[in-house]
Amino acid sequence: MKQLKSFIKKEFFHIFRDPRTMLILFGIPVVQLLVFGTVIKSEIKDVHIAIYDQSKDETTKEITNKLLSSGYFILDENLNNLDGIDAIFRKGKVREVIVFENNFGQTLGKEGTAKMQLIADASDPNIAKLAISYTTAIVNDYIRKLYPEMQLPMQITPEVRMYFNEEMKSAYMFVPGVMALILMLISAMMTSISITREKELGTMEILLVSPLRPVQIIVGKVLPYLLLSIANAFIIVLIGHFVFSVPVNGSFILLMLETILFILMALCLGILISTAAKNQMTAMFISMIGLMLPTILLSGFIFPIENMPVVLQYFSHIMPARYFITIVRTIMLKGTGIFFIWKETAVLIAMTLFFIAVSVRKFKIRLE
Amino acid sequence: MEKETIISARNLTKKFGHFTANDNLTFEVKKGEIFGFLGANGAGKTTAIRILCGLSSPTSGEVEVAGFDIYRETEKIKKNIGYMSQKFSLYEDLTILENIKLYAGIYGIGRKQRKTKESELLQKLELENVKNKLIGDLPLGWKQKLAFSVAIFHDPKIVFLDEPTGGVDPVTRRKFWDLIYEAANNGITVFVTTHYMDEAEYCDRVSIMNAGKIEALDTPAKLKEKYTATNMDEVFLKIAR
Repeated sequence: MKQLKSFIKKEFFHIFRDPRTMLILFGIPVVQLLVFGTVIKSEIKDVHIAIYDQSKDETTKEITNKLLSSGYFILDENLNNLDGIDAIFRKGKVREVIVFENNFGQTLGKEGTAKMQLIADASDPNIAKLAISYTTAIVNDYIRKLYPEMQLPMQITPEVRMYFNEEMKSAYMFVPGVMALILMLISAMMTSISITREKELGTMEILLVSPLRPVQIIVGKVLPYLLLSIANAFIIVLIGHFVFSVPVNGSFILLMLETILFILMALCLGILISTAAKNQMTAMFISMIGLMLPTILLSGFIFPIENMPVVLQYFSHIMPARYFITIVRTIMLKGTGIFFIWKETAVLIAMTLFFIAVSVRKFKIRLE
Repeated sequence: MEKETIISARNLTKKFGHFTANDNLTFEVKKGEIFGFLGANGAGKTTAIRILCGLSSPTSGEVEVAGFDIYRETEKIKKNIGYMSQKFSLYEDLTILENIKLYAGIYGIGRKQRKTKESELLQKLELENVKNKLIGDLPLGWKQKLAFSVAIFHDPKIVFLDEPTGGVDPVTRRKFWDLIYEAANNGITVFVTTHYMDEAEYCDRVSIMNAGKIEALDTPAKLKEKYTATNMDEVFLKIAR
């Protein structure tokens, strides 16, 4: 026990005395969370538009006001002819042009139907799609209020509710994802780097010659990062809650237990990487490219797994983050308990055991 | 009276694939002896020392270190040996005192005992004023003396030194050897590899390795006589050729 204590103390000295390690441990999580929080958005805000209003009547003005007061759109320019559209898109600032036909309000009143045209800059398809659907929604809403009695025959008006995320906030999507990403990065990368560093410096030989058992070396290496990663998980949940108002609807204790499980899995993965990597650079590259990118791309963090090619869907099954993200979303947003996530939990436990088994074996072999 | 044998190797062989790094090594090291393991780079010195320390296991042969079998009793061997590698073996981002505390902790030395030994050591090496400085800030010669002192901090029966004086000037090397003599006088067996022939003169007995084999093993004086050489350098050149 005493042996282990002095070893762990030394690990903490390494961590706290190295500015780079400290930056990766505590700087990156916060920055990443804030960057993802402000960058990934599935909602739009302040999209620049131009309007070509050929009618200039009461109705078109009111629709324009509705659009501009929604907070989604900013009017850049009023156009006087169609020719300006091409040029204005090329300038790049305006993303959508709205065209009202002649006598818009009059036609609408008389015939019950009028034409408007929405032209979007689809060089960014996401924004184009969102802008169009937001505009359509606002216009429809206005027409419905204007002529409540004027229901078209057989018209279906679906009432949409977004369960568990009523406002479709993207924070709800990325907070679990960033949590998985950061914990994976810190736990796996930092342990693998710290072990390979000792190999590189030659101090690992001294440790292996000493009465310390390999298991003690592994535990001593892993424990500090386990504690720091748990602290990080707390910080992420707190920032998610207070900055991006992501709720924790389920049991906080369950969330933390699952998080610890995921961290353990990543730590074991880190040890495994360190047994394969000869030096710190290799360890870093394996962690970065082998873990970070697949975690971002294949875990369902940003891109839905259901939309991937079938081969990649199969591949996503071996991404530990996939299961963790499901778990976190279920606990935080749906607020349900262990009965709904036992499968994912079981997979993570199995993965952890597998990595422990392999890395302890490999670590011993290295003693040869 | 014949002295007690503390390391014995019989037909020790280590192969890496088709390459034989140690070819049927047979030797004995007596208690309290300074045993030099000489050879050019790549002669197999480091491989042999790593096997004796339990860092690597032999392909075949019988080896006993400090009375324990190298295959079955590695844990017991580890408690009785100290090791200093050619790479610098202390933590640069820890202070002198923190390094000492770490090794004392790893070897299970009690707090009281550590404090006494620690102040003795700092006094001897004249490091009291810098004990709270990071190792990284010390000159290389000091670091190596400190690394040696830390390697024998737990009073091992044997200390293995793998080219401990690499990259150090002759004066500092001489001072380093004073420490080795002192340890030997205190009953610690010293097993040292080197390729500096002047250092070979300091050893009680030396074995000279070439291409994985032990070519000669005796006291420096007898080796010089046998090969009609005035110094160990000539002996080595005659054997290596």
